[in-house]
Amino acid sequence: MMDLRELYQDIILDHGRHPRNFRPIEHPTHTAKGHNPLCGDRVTVYLTLDGDRIADVSFEGRGCAISTASSSLMTEVLKGKTLAEAQALFAQFHAKVTGGEVGELPEALEEDGERLDPLTGVKAYPARVKCATLPWHAFEAAVKGGAAEPVKTE
Amino acid sequence: MNDMAAAKPRVVLDPQALRREFPIYQNNPGLVFLDSGASAQKPAIVIDGIADYYRRDYANVHRGVYQLSQRSTDAFEEARETARAFLNAADVNEVVFTRGATESINLVAQSWGPKFVKAGDEIIVSDLEHHSNFVPWQMLCERVGARLLVAPTDASGGFDLAAFEALLSPRTKMVALTQVSNVTGAILPVERIVALAHAKGAKVLVDGCQAVPRMPVDVQAIGCDFYAFSGHKAYGPSGIGVLWGRYELLAAMPPWQTGGGMITTVTLERTEFQDPPHRFEAGTPDMSGAVGLKLAFDFIESLGREAIREHEEALTGYAVDRLSRIPDLNLLGGGQQRLSVLSFTLDGVHPHDVGTVLDQHGVAVRVGNHCAQPLMDKLGIAGTVRASFGVYNDRGDIDALAAAIEACREMFLR
Repeated sequence: MMDLRELYQDIILDHGRHPRNFRPIEHPTHTAKGHNPLCGDRVTVYLTLDGDRIADVSFEGRGCAISTASSSLMTEVLKGKTLAEAQALFAQFHAKVTGGEVGELPEALEEDGERLDPLTGVKAYPARVKCATLPWHAFEAAVKGGAAEPVKTE
Repeated sequence: MNDMAAAKPRVVLDPQALRREFPIYQNNPGLVFLDSGASAQKPAIVIDGIADYYRRDYANVHRGVYQLSQRSTDAFEEARETARAFLNAADVNEVVFTRGATESINLVAQSWGPKFVKAGDEIIVSDLEHHSNFVPWQMLCERVGARLLVAPTDASGGFDLAAFEALLSPRTKMVALTQVSNVTGAILPVERIVALAHAKGAKVLVDGCQAVPRMPVDVQAIGCDFYAFSGHKAYGPSGIGVLWGRYELLAAMPPWQTGGGMITTVTLERTEFQDPPHRFEAGTPDMSGAVGLKLAFDFIESLGREAIREHEEALTGYAVDRLSRIPDLNLLGGGQQRLSVLSFTLDGVHPHDVGTVLDQHGVAVRVGNHCAQPLMDKLGIAGTVRASFGVYNDRGDIDALAAAIEACREMFLR
């Protein structure tokens, strides 16, 4: 059995307790809600796009340590990125937490990709993978124009 | 306990000895299983009995003239009689086999419902209900234009009988309530509820899922009109359950599914249906499930249902006391009388994180909304951690749970 501290690393516990960018954006250009019906977690992701670039990104909601930390880390790495860069980061992160084939990131994004690595401990906990991916799915839905219904983790 | 034993000889359950009858414990050493409320583990007598049925007596029921089919039919109908006796029902023809409580309740809502509930009528459920005893009634109300009223629990988490009484009226056609809450373990005063409802002419359906494995159940004493439960929570296999209904009510209900086994005459013009219970059992039934359910009832009776209730009451009391002493832990109230199901939240730690930490300590509990979102909304929480007990649990399991919760606090709240 895996050591719990590989899942709940200090950085996860820290971001879980003190999430960054945990605030609404008053006039977002894009927003979407995410909902994990299994555990009741809810997250709202707010975006301000400046052309193709993410000028600001934030979130609100309630969730477990994993989903809160994942939301927090996501907002940190996404700020200032282009949508294409964001998509590349999500693709690699998704592969890492689901055990898929992990592709290479452009050199400029490598460091940001590695910042998300503390979350990859969820790979050993299939029931918790959705907690980590929930904010990313909400981000993706926001970019696509937001959905009337919260995006579900399935 | 010793004084009582001296005054009145009785059987006291020995959970450690009982675990030897549950192969899951041999295959998972150190398992602390506290999720019987979701589904109970199976004794070897059930597991082996199902295999033996397939090996020795298997054929389709009610269809063959050959001996094997007759033996299979006998086993299936013997299971029905065992279920009748288990509920102390008056008539074996009042016992309908279903896939489980969910199907039992849907059967009543879809067959009895549209025939007897009209626009402007009312149906009462409680705020403790499992989605399976909530959504079928919500859908029925939408379909026929009836109103769904929700009887509340009081501040202690107990059923508020006065508030319930105030909701009753001649418009009330159905009262559908659980006997034991699957979230808080609260025991509802079903006999009094039935008396009040019948005084207004309403029918009563009792969801017995959490009660059947844990306490004596006598549908005639309760006085209800329908009683539903699932086999898998009562040490039986999954996929089988029971709907008990008063015969005259079942006889007045149209079929809700049609097919083989439930008809008497089929012509190109019309079909005549069998009497209950077969009218409600279209298609080849879950025969091995029924055989397994009978063996589960035998298992429960061999321990003694009073003995099981005393065991679970004692364990519930110990757990309430033990958990109440953990800082930051909030135990959901279950009223004056509760049994075997406890839900709690831990300040500052999400239930999902608690569940994962507990799992790493070998403690299996359920986390989430427990299919009771209306109750979670009322309490203003997203979910809880739930521990629920069975005959194989002992104080050591509760101590292991408490230790794992302490480890959780250490990790998240230090």
